[in-house]
Amino acid sequence: MKRLMTCIECPKGCRLTAGVGGRRLISVTGQKCPRGKKYAKREVESPMRTLTTTVLTSRLELKMLPVRTNKPIPKSKLLEAMKAVKRMTLISPVRTGSVIAPNFLGLDADLIATRDLGKKL
Amino acid sequence: MASKRELVIVGGGPAGMAAALAANKSGVRDILLLERDQYLGGILNQCIHPGFGLHRFKAELTGPEYAGRFIKMVGDSPEIEVSLRSFVVKLTGEKLLSYLRPGAFEEIEAGAVILATGARERTREMIHIPGSRPAGVYPAGLAQKMINIEGWLPGREAVIVGSGDIGLIMARRMVMEGMKVKAVIEIQKTSRGLARNVVQCLEDYGIPLYLSHKITKIHGADRVEKVDVVEVDKNFNEKPGTGFALACDTVLVSVGLIPENELLELAGAEIDRATNTPIAPEVNLTSIAGIFACGNACKIYDLVDWVSRDSEKAGKMAAEYLKTRWNTQTQIL
Ligand SMILES: Cc1cc2nc3c(=O)[nH]c(=O)nc-3n(C[C@H](O)[C@H](O)[C@H](O)COP(=O)(O)OP(=O)(O)OC[C@H]3O[C@@H](n4cnc5c(N)ncnc54)[C@H](O)[C@@H]3O)c2cc1C
Ligand code: SF4
Repeated sequence: MKRLMTCIECPKGCRLTAGVGGRRLISVTGQKCPRGKKYAKREVESPMRTLTTTVLTSRLELKMLPVRTNKPIPKSKLLEAMKAVKRMTLISPVRTGSVIAPNFLGLDADLIATRDLGKKL
Repeated sequence: MASKRELVIVGGGPAGMAAALAANKSGVRDILLLERDQYLGGILNQCIHPGFGLHRFKAELTGPEYAGRFIKMVGDSPEIEVSLRSFVVKLTGEKLLSYLRPGAFEEIEAGAVILATGARERTREMIHIPGSRPAGVYPAGLAQKMINIEGWLPGREAVIVGSGDIGLIMARRMVMEGMKVKAVIEIQKTSRGLARNVVQCLEDYGIPLYLSHKITKIHGADRVEKVDVVEVDKNFNEKPGTGFALACDTVLVSVGLIPENELLELAGAEIDRATNTPIAPEVNLTSIAGIFACGNACKIYDLVDWVSRDSEKAGKMAAEYLKTRWNTQTQIL
């Protein structure tokens, strides 16, 4: 089966044509660099996305702390992950890269801060 | 009495920071960076999604992470003085600059000025959507600030007008926050945003993108209740019989940015009325010697990586200008 997809690994956004058998990648054309093939393989086998969102804080400089997963997580888990994020409140200052939740939801990725955030002045 | 400063930079976004660092590296010892907000980083603070720095840092960073790297470099440069909550209200062609900061009104005579004031969003008025003016219509970037910085949602069900990247990014962001995004409406035949954003922000969540469609009316008394949508032909004329309505309480408008250049205009520089960009022979220059413009204030950029690169050139140009000016002055003496 042929499947058309757009590589999202960089802003070039190559149009890929993947040959797919069940949930396996058989062939791929259209990529301008090797990352395109990796993307197509993962997209066919189990699509992954990096989650970026914000966590509510208490008594810190800003009301919301921007965060992300340090690795992509399964696309199918994004909304569940958002529910978990909404139950969190951050109460201590963090630096960029500080781990907010290790092995987040058991997905083998950490939820990390993407900016420094100090105490409320 | 106005105090004297060698180089004054207005705006502490990626453009202003890159210009300050490059000017400092090129030998300018006295730099004042003025930012009206309470933090450096500009628009990047609200762009919490990844997609920044692929060229510059060979890594895919979020906006705050990209800004953070520059904020650190500025912090490590003792010759760059940063003044936050400092709103520049006036600039003259003689490079006299006035700004407000909490509890004070300051005046400065600058040797050179770099304007890195960014851009503002085109608003609904500029594209003429007829209908009432109920609450619930927001420029997409403002909605982004509400959600990502202030932490509250603009509504429950949204329709997005315009398929620029900011609108696409906001479609996904609102879905993640539990809102329903009914559709993105784009009058052109193709999306204005990057293909990757159409895929990961719309297709991933099954949000329909109506190309060659436009909003003909916004309904609602106090709050938006629904919008009318119609297909258009290649001359953007409405196709009869193609109209439909979408119920929603929120409309986000994402139809592009225009440079913020009020200060340059006050100073008497020439400005292209259509694009609001400075008229000059080269990027970063203005029609007034010693006043430079960089980043989104100079022209609208898609990628922050190129903002940083070009703004560094602006910093170097200002340093060159200050050097030659100093040489000619000493010769006259
Ligand atoms: C919503 C949005 C999403 C984007 N997404 C991406 C992306 O995914 N990837 C990417 O590479 N690029 C993206 N971009 C583009 C990129 O972020 C911008 O091009 C870049 O941030 C522009 O930098 P700047 O410094 O020129 O402007 P800004 O970041 O807007 O900074 C201007 C600064 O000047 C200050 N200022 C203005 N007037 C005054 C005054 N009178 N006195 C004092 N201070 C003043 C403002 O407060 C602000 O801090 C996006 C842009 C926007 C708007
Ligand atoms: S295949 Fe390579 S060049 Fe093309 S979009 Fe993917 S990462 Fe970018």
